[in-house]
Amino acid sequence: MNKLNFLSPDKNNLYAYLYSGISLFSISILIVFLNSFFSLDLTSFLPGTISYFLPLIIGFIALHLIRIEYSGIKFLDIVNKNINTNNFNALLSLLIIFAVIKSLPPLLSWFIIDANFAGDSKDACSGSGACWAYIKTWFNRFMYGMYPNAEQWRINLSFIALAFLGGVGFFATEKFKKYLTLYYVVVYPVIAFLFIFFFISGGPIFFDFSYGIIAAVISIVIGFFIPSKFKMYYFLIIPITIYILLKYVFFYEELIELGKIQAFEWVETGAWGGLSLTFIVSFFCLIFCFPVGLFLSLGRRSDLPIIKYISIGFIEFWRGVPLITVLFMSSVMFPMFLPEDMFIDKLVRVIIAISLFEAAYVAEVIRGGLQALPRGQYDAAKSLGMGYWKMHIFVILPQALKLVIPGIANTFLALVKDTPLIFVVGLLEIVGMLNLAKTNPEWLGFAMEGYVFASIVFFIICYAMSKYSYNLEQKYKTER
Amino acid sequence: MNFKKILPQLLTLVVVILVFGFFSYNAQVNMENRGITFGYGFLTQESSFDVQFSLIEYDGSHSYFRAYLVGLLNTILVSVIGIIFATIIGVVVGIARLSSNYLIERTAAIYVEFFRNIPLLLQIFFWYFAALRALPLPEKAEPMFGVFFLTIKGFFIPAFIWNNLDIFIYSVIAAIIAIFFVRAYAKKKQENQGTQTPVLLISIGLLIILPLLSFLLGGVDASIEIPVIEQLSKTSFTYKGGLKLPPELISLALALSLYTATFIAECVRAGVQGVSKGQKEAAASIGLTPNQVLKLVVMPQALRIIIPPTTNQYLNLTKNSSLAAAIAYPDLVLVFAGTALMQTGRAIEIVSITMLTYLTLSITISIFMNWYNKKIAIKEK
Repeated sequence: MNKLNFLSPDKNNLYAYLYSGISLFSISILIVFLNSFFSLDLTSFLPGTISYFLPLIIGFIALHLIRIEYSGIKFLDIVNKNINTNNFNALLSLLIIFAVIKSLPPLLSWFIIDANFAGDSKDACSGSGACWAYIKTWFNRFMYGMYPNAEQWRINLSFIALAFLGGVGFFATEKFKKYLTLYYVVVYPVIAFLFIFFFISGGPIFFDFSYGIIAAVISIVIGFFIPSKFKMYYFLIIPITIYILLKYVFFYEELIELGKIQAFEWVETGAWGGLSLTFIVSFFCLIFCFPVGLFLSLGRRSDLPIIKYISIGFIEFWRGVPLITVLFMSSVMFPMFLPEDMFIDKLVRVIIAISLFEAAYVAEVIRGGLQALPRGQYDAAKSLGMGYWKMHIFVILPQALKLVIPGIANTFLALVKDTPLIFVVGLLEIVGMLNLAKTNPEWLGFAMEGYVFASIVFFIICYAMSKYSYNLEQKYKTER
Repeated sequence: MNFKKILPQLLTLVVVILVFGFFSYNAQVNMENRGITFGYGFLTQESSFDVQFSLIEYDGSHSYFRAYLVGLLNTILVSVIGIIFATIIGVVVGIARLSSNYLIERTAAIYVEFFRNIPLLLQIFFWYFAALRALPLPEKAEPMFGVFFLTIKGFFIPAFIWNNLDIFIYSVIAAIIAIFFVRAYAKKKQENQGTQTPVLLISIGLLIILPLLSFLLGGVDASIEIPVIEQLSKTSFTYKGGLKLPPELISLALALSLYTATFIAECVRAGVQGVSKGQKEAAASIGLTPNQVLKLVVMPQALRIIIPPTTNQYLNLTKNSSLAAAIAYPDLVLVFAGTALMQTGRAIEIVSITMLTYLTLSITISIFMNWYNKKIAIKEK
C-alpha cells in the first residue's frame, strides 16, 4: 500500500481516490438535489455563506480526487477528458450541473406540475403554473387568425394538397427527374397560387387559356420569320405583349365570364392570420425572392455597365434599410405611387416588399458562390463555345449554388423569422394574434404562455429548416 | 460595340425609367388631388407632440427636425448599448463553443441554437410584455446594493452630477490618443528590436491617470445622486433623482444583444477555428509562450476572419433596432416615421428621410469595412 497524497492523486491508489471522490461527489449532488426539489437544507447547521458554497467545495474536491490520467477505467477517462481537465474546467462543470439541478424544479412546476390543462375560461387557471387552457382555447385563432371557423377546412385542405404536391419530387422516377427543376420553379408556384387564391381566398379562377393559346399561336407563326439571333428576346417579349393586348385592350367580357369558376365564399385577406399566414407569406416570399436574387447577382457580375450599376444600386438600397421601413413604405408610401383607382391588396404588397428585400440578400449570397468559382470554369465553358446563358445554366450556376446552400438557408431562415413584422400593415400572423389575445379582457395576464408557445413553434420550424439545410449541404458536397 | 450588348441594357434602362416615371407621375397626381405640395419645409414647423424618452431637451414646441434628432439619438443609444453587450456575450459564448469541456460547449450551443431560431420581434415582446411585467411596483422594489431599483416602471440607477464635464471628456480623449501612440511605438520597437513593451499595463495606467489628473488639477468634480422614492398620488409611486432607464429601452437592448450575440458567437468560433493548426505549432516551435502564440499569431489571424462578419452583425443590430416601434420605444421609426408622419401626412418625404438615414449609416459602415478589409488582407507576393 502506497502512501495516500490527497493533493496529487495518482494511479497507485486508484480505488481509494476513486471511491472517496465518487462518494464526495454524490454527497454534493445530493445536497443540491434535496435543496432544490424538496427544499430540504441538509447544511443548515453551518453559517450562511459556508452552507451556500459547501456543495461547490465538496464537489470541487471530489473532482480533484478523481482527476487521474490514464486510469485504465474507460468511463473515468471519458469523464476526465470531457468535463474535468483542470481545476477551472471542473469548477465550471460543477456550476453548470448545479444550475441545471436548481432550475429544473421551477421550470417543471411551471410547465407541467402546477400548470392547468383543462377548462375553457380564465377561472380554470388558478395554479401558479402555466395556463395551457389559454392556448387551447385560442389555438384556432393562433393557427387561422380571424378566418371563419366553419371555413377553416379550406386552409387545411390546401396546405395538405400543397404539401403533397411539393413532396412529389421525392417519388419522381429517373425519367422525370430532369423536369423537377422546371416543376418546382414554374409549375408548382402557379399551382400554389391558384390553390390559395381559389380555396383560401375564395376568389374566382379565370380560365383564360383562350387568350394564351391565341397569343402562343400568333407568336410562333411570326417566329418563323425572325432571325435566330434575336429569337430569345423575341420569345421573351412578344407572346406576353400579345397576351396583354388581347386581354386588356381588345377586352372580351364574354370570354372571361365563360371561363370563370367561383365555388367558395370570399374571405378578405385582413381576416387571414395566425400560423397559416406565416406559412403563406414565407412560402411566396421564398419562391419569389430566389429567382429575383439570382438575376440580381448575375446582373451585378455582368459586363454590361448599365445592368451592373442598376443591380448594385438595387441591392445596396434594399440591404441598407430595415425591413420595417420597407413595410412602412409599402403601406403608407406605395399607395401614393399608384393611380387613384388602382388598388393592390395589402397581403400582396407585403409579399412583394419582403421578396424584394430578401432578394437583395439572396443576391449577395449567390454572388459569393459565383466569385468562389475558379476562373478556369468560365474559360473552359467559353472554350467549348457556350454562350452566356448556356455557360451559366449548365456550368456555373450548378456549382455556385451548391457552394452557397448554407448561406441561402440562412437567408430563408431570416425570412421566416421576419414574417411577424407584417403587423406593421395590420396583418396578424401568430405573434400578432398573441398580442391581440393578450389584450382580451377575459384573458388578461397570460402573455408568458402565449410567447412561450409561439417561441416553441418558431423554434421547431427554424431548427428543422436549419437541420434540413445541413443535410442538403452534406448531400451535395463534392470534393473539389 | 455590338447589338447584343446594347439591346439588353437599353431594354433595362427603358423599363426602369418607365417604372420610375409611372410612379412619379402618379405621386404628382395624387398629391395634387390631396392638396399637398412636395417639400421639406415642414421640418421647421412646430411639432406639437411629446416624446416619452429623449436624450436632448424636447417638447411639443420644438420643430419636426428636432423630433427627428430625438429619434435618431434614441436609435443610436439603443444600438450602442446593444452592440456593447452583444459583443461581450458573443465573444464569451463563442469561446465557450470552442471549449474542451463538454458541458460548457453544449450549454453555449444550446444558447446559440435557441436564441437565434426565435424571431427577434417575439423575443422583444417576451421581454417587454412577459418578463419585465413580472417586476415589482416601485414601492415594493428591493434595492440592489442599496442604490439600484429594478421596477416595472423602469430601472432606476444613480446618476453622476458633473462639474466641468468637458475637461474630463478631453482628458479621456487625450488618454485614448496617447494609447494610440504608445501602441504604434511598441509595434515599431518590436519590429526593430524584437522586445515587447507591456502595452496593456501602460494603456490601463494612462486611462486611469489622465482622468484622475483632471479631477485633481482640472477642477472636475462629480457627485452621485441616488434615486429616492416619491409619492405621486395615493397609489402611484416613482423614483426621483438618478437616471431612469425605461422598460422599453431595457427589453429592446436585452433582446437585441441576446439575439445578435448568437451570430457574433458563431463568427468568433469560425474565426478561431479558421486559423490553421500549423500556425500554432509553428509559433510554439520557435519558442513563443502560449500567451504569445495567442496574442501574436492566433488573434491577428482570427480577427481578420472575425471582424468583417461581425461588423455586418453590428449593422444588422442597428437596423433591427427599428423594431422598437413595436413596443413604443421612441426611436427614429416610431417618432419620425410614426407620429410625425401621422401628424403631417407627408408620407413620401418622411419615409424617404428615414430610409436615407439608415442607408447613409450602412453605406458609411460598408465603405469603412471595405477599406479595413483591404488594409488587413494578407499581402501576397
